[in-house]
Amino acid sequence: MTATATPPAAGSRSRRTPPRDTGPSRPRSQAGRHLLLGGIALLWLVPLLWAVYTSLRPYEDTSRHGYLSWPRGLSLENFSDAWNQSGMPHFFWNSVLITIPAVLGTLLFSAAVAFFVTRFDFRWNIVLLMLFTAGNLLPAQVLITPLYRLYLLIPLPWWMSDSLLLYNSVWGIIVIHIAYQCGFCTFVLSNYMRTIPKEITEAALVDGAPVWRQFFQIVLPLCRPAFAALATLESIWIYNDFFWSLALIETGDKRPITSALANLQGQYFTNPNLIAAGALMTAIPTLIVYFALQRQFISGLTIGSGKG
Amino acid sequence: MSSVRPAPPSPASSAPPRARPRPRRLGPGDRVFLAVLIGIPLIALLVFVWLPALASVGLSFTSWDGIALSDIHWTGLGNYQEIFTNYPPFWPAVRHNVVWLLFTALLPTPFGIFLAYQLDRKIRFTRIYQTAIFLPMVLSLAVVGFIWEIIYNPDNGLLNGVLNGVAPGHHIDWLGDPDLNLWAVLVASAWRHTGYIMILYLAGLKGFDPALKEAAALDGANGRQTFLRVVFPALKPVNIIILVVTVMESLRAFDIVYVLGGGVGSKPGMELLSLLITDNIIGESSHIGYGSALAVVLLLVSLAAIGTFLFQNFRKEDQ
Repeated sequence: MTATATPPAAGSRSRRTPPRDTGPSRPRSQAGRHLLLGGIALLWLVPLLWAVYTSLRPYEDTSRHGYLSWPRGLSLENFSDAWNQSGMPHFFWNSVLITIPAVLGTLLFSAAVAFFVTRFDFRWNIVLLMLFTAGNLLPAQVLITPLYRLYLLIPLPWWMSDSLLLYNSVWGIIVIHIAYQCGFCTFVLSNYMRTIPKEITEAALVDGAPVWRQFFQIVLPLCRPAFAALATLESIWIYNDFFWSLALIETGDKRPITSALANLQGQYFTNPNLIAAGALMTAIPTLIVYFALQRQFISGLTIGSGKG
Repeated sequence: MSSVRPAPPSPASSAPPRARPRPRRLGPGDRVFLAVLIGIPLIALLVFVWLPALASVGLSFTSWDGIALSDIHWTGLGNYQEIFTNYPPFWPAVRHNVVWLLFTALLPTPFGIFLAYQLDRKIRFTRIYQTAIFLPMVLSLAVVGFIWEIIYNPDNGLLNGVLNGVAPGHHIDWLGDPDLNLWAVLVASAWRHTGYIMILYLAGLKGFDPALKEAAALDGANGRQTFLRVVFPALKPVNIIILVVTVMESLRAFDIVYVLGGGVGSKPGMELLSLLITDNIIGESSHIGYGSALAVVLLLVSLAAIGTFLFQNFRKEDQ
């Protein structure tokens, strides 16, 4: 039904619209729309562009002439200073070590749960789905105290954590990200998997294919658009988070770049231009992820709507 | 139209497969695989999310300095009584959370929906517009906080600079003045929230059958009527998600206030429940029981939102 509805609709649009929208009304309304949307988009970019402008100006220039003035020379010096003087490469690496495993783990776990609840008619499926979805909606502050005590109790071998505990180790941060973010991804993925016809996996079942092959070789590849969308959102969220690492990592050295930015601010609070450069640099990885996966981003979300 | 409802997999054919004897071919290997598949995520969720949540509820009935477990003393409802009657920042925080929710629900959320509706057509540059408006969501809150700090700075910020250019003599401490700072932070938060709602709604609109919109246009409905009477009601599942996101983000609002407040906990004029919890739990003098009781208050309000959402969302699937 869904599949058959789309082609005639597309056809009918091309057939019907020309007679309706002939005349000057169409270009004019489009121009107005572009004016409106362009204006809003520009307004939205102003704060960011202001930060970029500030970061490009030498400190001496702005301290003498004020920030709201014409530039007397722009350079990337603040960027190289921020990069070299605050150990940013090290903190970037910490962020990578946390974000990549956490995103992959979240996607794998939530795909497993979504596969389980959408492909098999077990009695507790709805309860499971609710448990996962609600878990992600709990405020993080509610979890933090007991989680901190829990992390102090769970030992890790020396080759995983030099604190020998889940506390003060990147593993702890990865684990809580996965457990906490699983809910949202399970919700989106289960909506997505519902759109995959049951006949596909049932045919595989009749052919005698084991369930693990259905999961890895049939369902996972079909979910690629949803994975792209979720990977974008999750890498942005996990990379940008600093609450967990603030509370669960004691050593500043192990913290990700977002919490390390606070150090930079403390160290160079007299030079906002330098901090602007540092802040903008921390945003580069998420921008790259967003632009790389942008095409699949919206089409892969299909939240709450079972479009075939 | 089936395309906007989340529930049935393929409406026309959902009855026959159910009537067909369910394939009972799960071998022992399959069962082990499925148990692992659901077991590991479930254990992670229960141990690291639900267990701490329940423990927080338990701790809220105690007084504890957060150091030795043997120092936990049962106090019953004492913490709650204190909070409601004898904790000055509590009611301002509740009020600010409500203001936050109303503001977000009335301005950036409808605006994001409006933008999504405008962008969901075949017009040029739509991707550029989307990117510009979604960009604040991509940035880390540490960056967002900093960006707004150099705008709001009373001495050399952009805002006061522009105001002084128009009419000199302004020295407004946007983030320091307790009557202003909440609104200053709300503007920054709306800057992010709009793009988030826009993207979520765009994703929802992708699942909307264009034939319905054309039918409305043929019947002579204008753009506003088509949206209010046809598109909006048909996108109920997405509307519920938008509603939950708005409520939860307003209740959980933390990072942006924390960053713009200078990273020192709650400031006069900017108290929020999430910040009070952090004050009590992470601050120098730990009052774990107290903070947990605040957390439970937040949890109960959140559960009302979560419950509504889950009820609306999963009711259809139960049938």
